[in-house]
Amino acid sequence: MPDPTHIPTTLDDLALEVRAKNAGPFWLTLDVFMPDDAGYRVADALITPDLIARLYHVAVESVQIFRLPRLRVVKVSFPRPVVQGSLHDRDMHAGQHHVPLANLPVPSGRHP
Amino acid sequence: MSKPVNRPRSVGVLVPTGMLGAGFPPATITRGISLGADVIAVDGGSTDSGPYYLGAGQAKTTEAAVRRDLRLLLHAANDAGIPLVVGSCGTSGTDAGVRWVADIVRTVCVEAGLDVRVAQIFSELRAEQLLPRLHEGRIHPLAPSGPLDAATLQRCEHIVGAMGHEPIVQALHAGADVVLAGRATDTALSAAVPLMRGMPAGPTWHMAKIVECGGQCTTNPRSGGVFARVDETGFTIEPLDPTAACTPTSVAAHMLYETANPNTMREPAGAIEVTDARYIALDDRTVRVEGSRFEPADQHTIKLEGAAITGYETVSFAGIRDPRILGSLDEWAALLIETLTERVATVLGLTAGSWDVDLRLYGHNAVLGDLDPDTATPREVGVMLLVSAREQQIATAISKLANPLLLHLPLPSMHYLPSFALATSPAHTDRGAAYEFVLNHVVDVDSPTELFRTHLTEPAHA
Repeated sequence: MPDPTHIPTTLDDLALEVRAKNAGPFWLTLDVFMPDDAGYRVADALITPDLIARLYHVAVESVQIFRLPRLRVVKVSFPRPVVQGSLHDRDMHAGQHHVPLANLPVPSGRHP
Repeated sequence: MSKPVNRPRSVGVLVPTGMLGAGFPPATITRGISLGADVIAVDGGSTDSGPYYLGAGQAKTTEAAVRRDLRLLLHAANDAGIPLVVGSCGTSGTDAGVRWVADIVRTVCVEAGLDVRVAQIFSELRAEQLLPRLHEGRIHPLAPSGPLDAATLQRCEHIVGAMGHEPIVQALHAGADVVLAGRATDTALSAAVPLMRGMPAGPTWHMAKIVECGGQCTTNPRSGGVFARVDETGFTIEPLDPTAACTPTSVAAHMLYETANPNTMREPAGAIEVTDARYIALDDRTVRVEGSRFEPADQHTIKLEGAAITGYETVSFAGIRDPRILGSLDEWAALLIETLTERVATVLGLTAGSWDVDLRLYGHNAVLGDLDPDTATPREVGVMLLVSAREQQIATAISKLANPLLLHLPLPSMHYLPSFALATSPAHTDRGAAYEFVLNHVVDVDSPTELFRTHLTEPAHA
């Protein structure tokens, strides 16, 4: 029987840090820091342009992914959907935009 | 530029903090000077806090904090006989920002009896100055923006060009002890002195990128300053707080910080390339970096920043704790906007497209909107109503029409008027002009200094 109280493991549970920030007023960037090579492989396999397009409602062609195995980092950048500081921008530094990616459940077969 | 006669074997750079006015312990400076600093470099600005500071020409930092930091820095630089370089003065690097910092420097020097020559480098540009270059096809967009048009340039309240190291080097050669630069790339401030003393471009620019935010490249980003030493083959870096450490990971990771691409970074004169950089721990808190390159560009470019007024805003704030409303919050929010739009049309005669509103439900989904993965019913919500119109009095009038709705709007199923928790009296606050960054472009230049104006003052005692 599956445990109904089981909370799925998220990328945030496995990562050292998942962070988001402006990269200038027109870009948003996400950095996923993993603790070891096994963790890096999980993040590397999980994070694709399609996933980011779905989580952040952006065009898949606009997503740039940088894979840095030596640092165990996957970095994602895309143009800010809302220009910084405009009326409908609710996150001036884009500092809270890590949450959709950080909260992503990691399928149990993929845990390191 | 004349070649230095005695080229030093290395150049030490002291960065006391990521932002002038953020503060640092005095011991930071003592330690950095004792390590043999050849320059103190500190950033005074950023675009990160939004377009207001450039649009309005106002500083984000408070004068007392900037004065406190400058007092320590001016004394230390003067005692050690080394230059002090401050960049992006007054947050956005407008001419007013440079003059504001220069005034503070002057009063500190007069009080302390310091004899220093101050160079102010102005980087503000007028639209009329850039229009001929636009017509000549010498202004190009950066991704994701499109080509620039004249109207966008002319809408800008302020335009600045981000200088490289060259105007700073020129000011130092002219005899400046203190350089107060308008908008400059964060890296130019730390790169200027090593480059003018003949250090190689690859390690110098990479070092300058790593130190730009002070302690951000250490294991304790709140620890404050860092010290870096550039030489013929690389650079070494350590935190100025003895309890903090630089590790190969903390240093390498800083190339990720606030950059879209972690491998390459464009400067006016070329690009920093760090793909082949090696990070080696020299001990448990010092890191050596080698293998960084700088690739000169065929065309020297200056990045432009400009902010334009998008409207005038009024903000109102109310709290909701009633579970009945919270259970149907999206329905309530949609009803509020619909009712307000009707009232504005009826009472003020304004069509929907001539004003704009952003209704933010803090505690529900204000920050992430549709992207929020959590859709649970909140316990309490803060309702922020942000209205934008072409004149302040219209934004205020719309907000006054919204007031009874923020106070009493019931759900259609309710047969009584609820009363919500307005946060202040009045419930609305006029925000004045609101701005947007509208330039994401570079301009081709023939000389790296041609867009910038330098004013060198005599010593304060002269």
